[in-house]
Amino acid sequence: MKRFLLFLPLLVAVVIGVVLFAGIGKDPTKLESALVGKPVPEFRLRDLHNPDAMLDQSLFRGEVTLLNVWGTWCPACRDEHDDLMWLAEEKGVAIIGLNYKDNREDALVWLDRLGDPYRKTIYDPKGTLGFDLGVYGAPETFVIDADGVVRYRHVGVINETVWEQTLLPVINDVRGNG
Amino acid sequence: MIRIAFMALVVLLAGPAIAQVADVYEFDSRAQEQRYQNLIAELRCPKCQNQNIADSNAPISKDMRAEVYRMMKDGASNEAIVEALVARFGEFVRYKPEFDSRTFLLWATPALAVLGGLLVVTVVVVRSRRDGPDAPALSKEEKARVDEMLAGGDQDRPS
Repeated sequence: MKRFLLFLPLLVAVVIGVVLFAGIGKDPTKLESALVGKPVPEFRLRDLHNPDAMLDQSLFRGEVTLLNVWGTWCPACRDEHDDLMWLAEEKGVAIIGLNYKDNREDALVWLDRLGDPYRKTIYDPKGTLGFDLGVYGAPETFVIDADGVVRYRHVGVINETVWEQTLLPVINDVRGNG
Repeated sequence: MIRIAFMALVVLLAGPAIAQVADVYEFDSRAQEQRYQNLIAELRCPKCQNQNIADSNAPISKDMRAEVYRMMKDGASNEAIVEALVARFGEFVRYKPEFDSRTFLLWATPALAVLGGLLVVTVVVVRSRRDGPDAPALSKEEKARVDEMLAGGDQDRPS
């Protein structure tokens, strides 16, 4: 018993060490979305390309889509744009854009100059849909299944590595279950 | 003289820099304003790791303050307001997390630490009481070993 008590501090130190070690390498700025498992919030917003057309949550019915939140004010969105083009053109991924807290002219110039990877782009100048989605910075990308339910949220840029190691497995999983 | 005037000007101009977080919201009463201040002080900005939305200049904090204000004006309860933001941004935004199975350790650690300390103190006190003040410091076997060591018989084989 006495022997065991001598080892108690070591035991406590090891337990604390294991707990703290588990936290190393995790990026605390990346939060899991509170919307995972919930349907896309209801919205009625204008189409970026066609101000007369209204878009709503039925946009996400029928196939697995990526919802990419972007703005021309966001340098990291410029970084990932080429990769989004690659996903849309080479991989045939359905991407819906959410133009977040931006203005229409700048956004249209951007898409004209850099290419348009989006099937549709929702124009959200006040950030209302972004707020309902829990967007706290751009770029963010949501994986949405064929029933319009949010399955995953990626915070930060998308590149080939993120696509292959994170998003593709999630999409395959969603397609397998759906 | 010019230098003093310049310094005075700089100090005067610095005023708005301190007041930059203050949004212009109007309240019906002091109590309402206090309620709003308390709410935004216990909500955490999702963008900035460890700042409440009252202190943060992040655009998202501004949006969250606006939503808190809007819901207050609509007559929502404090719980409803916090729930609405948690539903969007997750438990992360709560500086006072709910007591449930996941946050059990967080809330219970101080109580457990105090109980553990009390337990140790109790054990020490009870033992010393049980042995009494006159109890010999060493048991018979221990005394025998000490005598053996002091006699030098133990030098070559440390135990």
